[in-house]
Formats: sequence, structure tokens, C-alpha cells
Amino acid sequence: MGRNENLRKQEMVQGTLDMLILRTLLGGPAHGHTIASAIERTSDDVLQVEQGSLYPALHRLEDRGWLASYWGASENNRKAKFYKLTAAGRKRLTAERNRWGQMVEAIGRVMREAAE
Amino acid sequence: MRIGRFFRRRAEDTELEQEIEAHIAQETDDNVARGMAREEARRAALIKFGSTGNVREDVWEWNTFAFLDDTVRDLRVAMRTLSKSPAFTAIAVLVMALGIGGNTALFTVVRSVLLKPLPFKDPERLAMLYEQSADGKHPYNVVAGGIFQQWQKQSRSFEQMALLGGTGYNLSGANGVLPEKVEGGKCTWNLFATLGVGPSYGRMFTAEDDSPNANPTVILTWSLWRRRFGGDAAIIGKEILLDGENYAVIGVLPPWFSYPDPETQVWTPMRHETRPAVMESLNNHQFRVVARLRESQTLVQGLTDADTIEKRIRSEHPGLAQTIGRGANIRPLLDEFVGEYKTPLYVLLAATGCFLLIACLNVANLLVARSAARRREFAIRSALGGSRWRLLREQVVESVALSSVGGTLGTAFAWFSVRWLVRMRHDIPRVEAIHIDVPVLLFAAGIALLSGIAAGLVPVLGASGTRILQTLQESSRSYSGVPSRATLRKVLLAGEVGFTVVLLIAAGLLLKSYERLRSSDLGCGTENILTLRVDLPKPKYLEQQRAVFFQQIIAGVRRLPGVQKAGMVSVLPGHGYWSDDSFTIPEHPPLPPGQVLLAIKRFAEPGYFAAMQIPLLRGRTLNEREKLDQATSVVISDLFAKRFFSDEDPIGKHLRVNLTDHEISYEIVGVVGDTRFLISRPVEPVMYFPLYSGMFGRATIVVRSPRDPNGLALPVQKLVAQMDPDLPVSDVLTMEELIGGSTINASFTASVVLAFAVLSMLLAAVGLYGVLSYLATQRKNEIGVRVALGADRGDIMRLMLIDGLRPAGVGLVAGLGVGALAASLIRSMLYGVPPLDSGVFLGVTLLLTLVAGAACLFPAWHASQMDPMEALRQE
Repeated sequence: MGRNENLRKQEMVQGTLDMLILRTLLGGPAHGHTIASAIERTSDDVLQVEQGSLYPALHRLEDRGWLASYWGASENNRKAKFYKLTAAGRKRLTAERNRWGQMVEAIGRVMREAAE
Repeated sequence: MRIGRFFRRRAEDTELEQEIEAHIAQETDDNVARGMAREEARRAALIKFGSTGNVREDVWEWNTFAFLDDTVRDLRVAMRTLSKSPAFTAIAVLVMALGIGGNTALFTVVRSVLLKPLPFKDPERLAMLYEQSADGKHPYNVVAGGIFQQWQKQSRSFEQMALLGGTGYNLSGANGVLPEKVEGGKCTWNLFATLGVGPSYGRMFTAEDDSPNANPTVILTWSLWRRRFGGDAAIIGKEILLDGENYAVIGVLPPWFSYPDPETQVWTPMRHETRPAVMESLNNHQFRVVARLRESQTLVQGLTDADTIEKRIRSEHPGLAQTIGRGANIRPLLDEFVGEYKTPLYVLLAATGCFLLIACLNVANLLVARSAARRREFAIRSALGGSRWRLLREQVVESVALSSVGGTLGTAFAWFSVRWLVRMRHDIPRVEAIHIDVPVLLFAAGIALLSGIAAGLVPVLGASGTRILQTLQESSRSYSGVPSRATLRKVLLAGEVGFTVVLLIAAGLLLKSYERLRSSDLGCGTENILTLRVDLPKPKYLEQQRAVFFQQIIAGVRRLPGVQKAGMVSVLPGHGYWSDDSFTIPEHPPLPPGQVLLAIKRFAEPGYFAAMQIPLLRGRTLNEREKLDQATSVVISDLFAKRFFSDEDPIGKHLRVNLTDHEISYEIVGVVGDTRFLISRPVEPVMYFPLYSGMFGRATIVVRSPRDPNGLALPVQKLVAQMDPDLPVSDVLTMEELIGGSTINASFTASVVLAFAVLSMLLAAVGLYGVLSYLATQRKNEIGVRVALGADRGDIMRLMLIDGLRPAGVGLVAGLGVGALAASLIRSMLYGVPPLDSGVFLGVTLLLTLVAGAACLFPAWHASQMDPMEALRQE
């Protein structure tokens, strides 16, 4: 946890983990560890992925047909389970992204109003 | 959610474990790269990941259907509990198997015989038309040809209607095949079109075939065609010999066609086989009419239509008012098929249903007993937070497991009983269609599930989950019994006893009427008498030849060793009504116009009365000289003499009868004892004309022997073959078989109901015994205290007996009430026994009291013999 120790850990906004996983996998197949570190790295370590919820989430997404998985070798040649986006997953990501955009805008409007 | 995952969840879990391991290894590598020591790096990775167990549990639960999971576990628990008490399990399964099996078998029969539509086109529009006899005695009488013709011409409600009648032919042998007697049907040409049946080969009748002068044609049934003609389609157009005449085979019926019964094997055109006078006659009732209603018409409209026509004909012919039917009648074709089997089959179904209920109550009772024993376990589990629903489900799953095994066994049992029934009961119409199919299996599964749930729920109903503490305390301070449980068991027992009483009453009534039926006096000997039928076909045997043949054959039979007496008659007692004729008595004043006297008509050979042991009451019997033109004597039955001559002496009086085409005066020479034409019907007047008149070509040879007469069948058949190798012998039966055949329906129903009644009684007795033993154990302490304080052992025994007999008494009273109701429902099946037969009701009451008393006696006695010290020291 090194240098993030004094930063306040950001709790994942409810229901966004799925979207973040899908978005991350847009760049190509990855295993669980890569997905978690990618989310953390991209968010400048603001978002911390709880490992405890990552795997159930991956499992759920796969079950819904948005992800597919296969066993492969990781960058340091370990056996790892890779996930990749399916066509349905891509569609889902678009839908989630739109929903997210609407929500951010809506919340922003409310907050601006309140500030005035 | 995908079902597959549920079953793959163990494999998935292993995979997840590997995945997590890979993740931690990766993180460890990263940490090492950041400069940590390997051990420290792995520790940090594990801390960062958190609990791997939680993750795995999350995914596991996601993969699980809670309900299915729980059920599987409940099932496992149930199996474990059941296998711990094998005796209980075996009894419960057996009881369920009998109940479910019996019901499934009966349902199979009811479905195939009563519920499935007939295999004809739009069978719901097919109906049978009848006449109501002029005297009103026979509401479904056969129809006269002339009436049919008028119905056909004038009615508007029917698409078409056809006339059919029974007949029989001697099918001559060829190429070394034996001649045989085949049952046949004659029908107007449109019968098959009315039913909606086409030929498998060849064609059906046309209007041209159906006329007196047409070339003789015949249609074969599939089975005769296969058996007799090797299934060769080339038979179409060829000729076969029926009664010595050439008939062209024009068609073969489909394999499934067995109408009106499987015995009918050939069909010939009605008008070719029947004299035109008969076809035109308005009062010669002898045919059946099958009609197809127009699409928009109902049975009632059809009836009104035919009834109006018949009433009009009757009013147009006042001279025939005594013989033309008073109206028409109608019923669906299916009813005609299965009418007399409907009530018996439904009674049997009700009986097995009753038994299944008793079986459920019994299993429920056993479960209550067991759950009472496990009361503390349940209480502890409730206290620890086990939900009531959970406990309930465990019980239901257990009893459903029992009933499922029972149902599987029961279905096997049903399969065997259906096969047995099909073999035993050829007389049931459509018996060939009876088989276990998918709906029947679904039915079996359904009732198994239902019985399981019912039996499992009942014990729970009485259990109240609120008194956990009380139950837990019971163990430390034993107190007398568990009232609510005992009450529930008593109620269940009362129900069991009640249903048993109903079954016993039904069985008693049916058995008694069967007994009456069997012992009702036919009016002639029935032991050691063999009967064989011969039919002399027409062109070859005219009056002269018939008389000669009959005289020679009977003389030959009498010479056979082992023959005590022999005789011949046209129709045997107990073999049906067959035919009657009208007559006048010249010595009496003429009858008012339109009135006729009717009596059953038989042709007898002189030795018949002695051979059949029909007593001669007055005068003499017929003699050998009364032959052909000299055959002018007649013998009458006792009832004939009483009804038509009251106190006069009938001997020497005359009967004027038109037996062929002209009226002849017959002198009454003797009066013989009454016989019944059917064992279940009252005696009717009979007149016996000389067989040697040659007017009738069918005769049954009766042979009496001092011992088992079956050995005489072959010698008699050989004798017939010597005289005419083309002449078949049919209906080789002993008199006992002949009567047995007509009472098989009654005997079958009575014995099956009796079997289930006895089983029910056994179950009820076992139930009573079990409950009372249980109560005795529960009250051990109380009884111990009572005895210690000086209670009389007789008092203790009385106390316990009353406790056990009270539910039996309640059940008995309720059962007698319901039994009376049930008895009135089966009234039509009773013969010579009133529905409220006091003997049966009294007998059932007595029997049940005895059995209940015996079942209660032992536990009660056991309780009274208890050693008070032992009982008190127990806690």
C-alpha cells in the first residue's frame, strides 16, 4: 500500500465495479490481478478495488455472458485465468457508460444548484 | 441463472481457488519487485486480498439455488432417518404402494374404458336410438325395422342413421381348415359411413349391395382376415362360403375396429340378410340403431325428433298399440358400450380412493408418533433458531420420499394388476384398449406427491412451535402425555375407522348380492351338465333335414359312454331372453282389439326336460312322434299356466301361434317348472314347441354325466363331425361356466372391494394398537402412581380400553352414516339386497367392534400389568 497510506481510500461508488471491469477489458484480455491494478493505476490510486468483491463480480459478469474466460500464462509465466470482453459485454459497456454519464450530469446539476 | 452451474459448483470452487492463488502469487511477485523480502511480500499480498474464504463463499452462494440445496439436504436427512427405522419405513412404503397402485390400476381402466372417446370420427355426435317398449318395462328396447325406416325418412336432427343386428354364420372350411362358427353383424350399407370408418382394403357396402336381390357380399374384420385368410389382400373379390352360400369379400376393416364387440367378425348387408317383411314391420323389435347427430343438434333435440315420429306412427296404427313402442329413447354411443360397467368401475375407483385415504391417514399417524418421539429434538432446534418452516419441510420431504418409493412400487403393482385384469375380464368392453400410458404415469406421480404432502402436513398441524420451553422442561419433570398429539392421533384414527366401515359396508352388500345371485334358482340342474351349440345352415338344412339331424345326433349322444341323460333346446336357461312370440287361446273369449299375449318361445327336444332336471308338474312332455307336420303339441311353464289360465286346467287347451308364415294351433300337453332366462332377472312365462318341427335350426345339446362332464366334449364334437364335417360346434360350456360368465362382473367387484376393505380394517387395527401402546407409554407414570395409591388393575385396564375404543366408536358411527349414503349410490348393483340391509350393517358393526377391541386389549392389559415401582423409578 506504500505511498497511498495517507490518502483517504475512496470507496467504490455503488454498482460501478462492473462498469470499470468492462472498461478495463476494452484494452484486451487480462487476469484478475491486472484488472485490479489497472483500475487503481488509471484512477491514480484513488479507486481501490476490494479483492473480495472483484472475483465475485468477475464471476457474475461471466455468468451473464458479458465476459468469457480462459486459462493462460501471465506476463511472468504463471498460470492465470484471463477474462475478455464478449460482444454482449461491449454492448453492456456502452449502456453503462451512457447511464453513468447521465447520472454524473444529474448529480452535477443538483450540486451546482445547491452551490448557488 | 443457469441450472448447470448448480451441479458444477464444486468444480468452479476449485477453479476459483486456483485463480485466487494465482492472484496472490502475482501480487507477491509485484511486492518482491518493489523490494520486499519474499516472505514479507506474500504476507502483504494475503493481507491485501483479505479473506479468500469469503470470496469463495460468495461465489458458492451465487451458484446455489437455496431451495434446491435445502431440499437435497432434507432428502438426505430423510433417508438417514428412514433407514434408521426400517420396519416403519417398510410398512409405510407398502401401505402407500398398495394405495397408489390400486388407484393407478383402476384409473387406467376407468380412463381407457369410460373416459377415452371411441375411435370413431367425432364420436360425441354418435348416439344409439331405442324404442320404449309398449308396456313401459323396457325404456331402451331394440328397434323395429319399419320404425327405423320412418325415423330415417322423417327426422331432421340426424346426419344419418344405420340399422344393425347380430347374426352368425358357419364359415365353411377349405384346404383342410376346420369349419367354424363366426359371429357376424348385418347392417344397412351406411353403417360405416355413419361411424366414419373406411376400409383398410377394398371398399365398404353401397346401397346396391344392400338389397334382397343383390349379389351376396361380405366385409371381414382385420382379425378374421389375418387369422383365417393369412392377411392376404388378394382375398378382395374372392368368394367365401357362409352358411353354404357364396359371398364375395369386398373389404377388410381396419385393425382397431372392434364394434360392437370383438366377437363380431364378419359384416353383411342388412336388406340382403333380412326378409323385407321384417324390415317393414312396425312391431318386430330386433335391431339396434346408431345415428350421427347433425353438428348443431343436441341429444335432446334428436330424442324429441325421433319420439315425435314414433308417437305419430303409434297413433296412426291403433290396432298395434300394444306392440308399437310408446316412444323413442336415446343415449350416447359410449354409454351403450360401457353402460353396465360404469357404476361398478366407479365403485371400484371409489373403494381404492378410500383405501388410499386410509393409507395416508395411517402413514400420517405413524409420522405423528415419530414426531412425538422427536419432540425434544425439534424443540431444541427451534430454540437454536431453526425456523418452523424448516422443520415442517423436513417432515414433508420425509413423507414425500416415502410416498415416492411407494408410488414407484405401486406403479409396478398397477402394471401387473392391469395385465391380470385384461386377461381375466374379456367381458369388459374396450378391454383391449386398456394400458398404462403417460397420463396414467402422471396420475400416479401426482397422487404419490399429493399423498406424501398430505401425510406429511397432518402431523405438523398439531404441533405448536410456541411451547418450546414447556417441551424442554418435559424431560426433567415427566408429565402425563402430550394431549394435543394424542388428540390428533385419535382424530386420524376415527377417520381411518370411518372409511373402513364404509368400505366394509359396500363390500358386505356387494358380496351378499353376489351370493344371492349365485344361489338364485335357475329352475334347472346346473351341476355336471355340459352344453354344446350347433347351428344348421339354411340351404343345406331345411325343416326335414333339421329334424332328421337333431334326432340322429341326440340318439348318438345318448349312446356315448358316461352320458347319463341328454337333450336339446334352442336356448338354455340363463343364456338370455332371445325371442318371444304372441299367441291367442282359442278356448278363451277373443281379446279386445290391439291387445296381445306374449311369452318367451323355446324349441325343445323330448328328452330336454329330464336332462336339465326341469320338473314335469302336470300332463306329459313332448314325444318323438311329434315331428314336422305332426308337431302340434306345446309344453308350457308353471308361470304361463298361472298367468294365462289362472285356475283352469291348461292341459288340452290350445295356443294359436304364427311361428313361420301361417298360424298353427298347438295343444297344451304338459306344464313344467319355471326357469329363468337370466339369473338376475325374474321368471317369465315360457312356451316350449317341439324342436323336431324343424322350424328352428339352432340347438344346444345338453349332456348330463354322473361326474365331471368336460370329458364328453370331444366325443360329442366327433359325433357331429361324423354326421357333417362342415358343421362347427360352438359355446362348449358347462352350466356352471355359463352362469359364472353372467355373474363375473358382480363377483369381481365384490371381491376387489372386499380385499380393500379387509386391508383397510387391518390398517385401522394396527393404527389403534399403535396409538394405544403409545398412550400407555406416555401415561406410564400416571398409571404407576395410580397403582401405587391402590387403584384396581381392572380399573386401569378399563380406563385404557375406553381411551382406545372411543375414537373407534366415533369412527364407527360416522362410517355407518356415510356407508348408508354410499349404499344408496350403489343401489343399481345390488340384487335381492336392500341398500340398508340390517344384516350387513349389524355384521360390520360387530366385526369392527371385535377387531377394535382386540387391537386395544393387549396394550390396555399391558398397561394394567405394569409394575408401579419400575414405572416410578424410571425418571
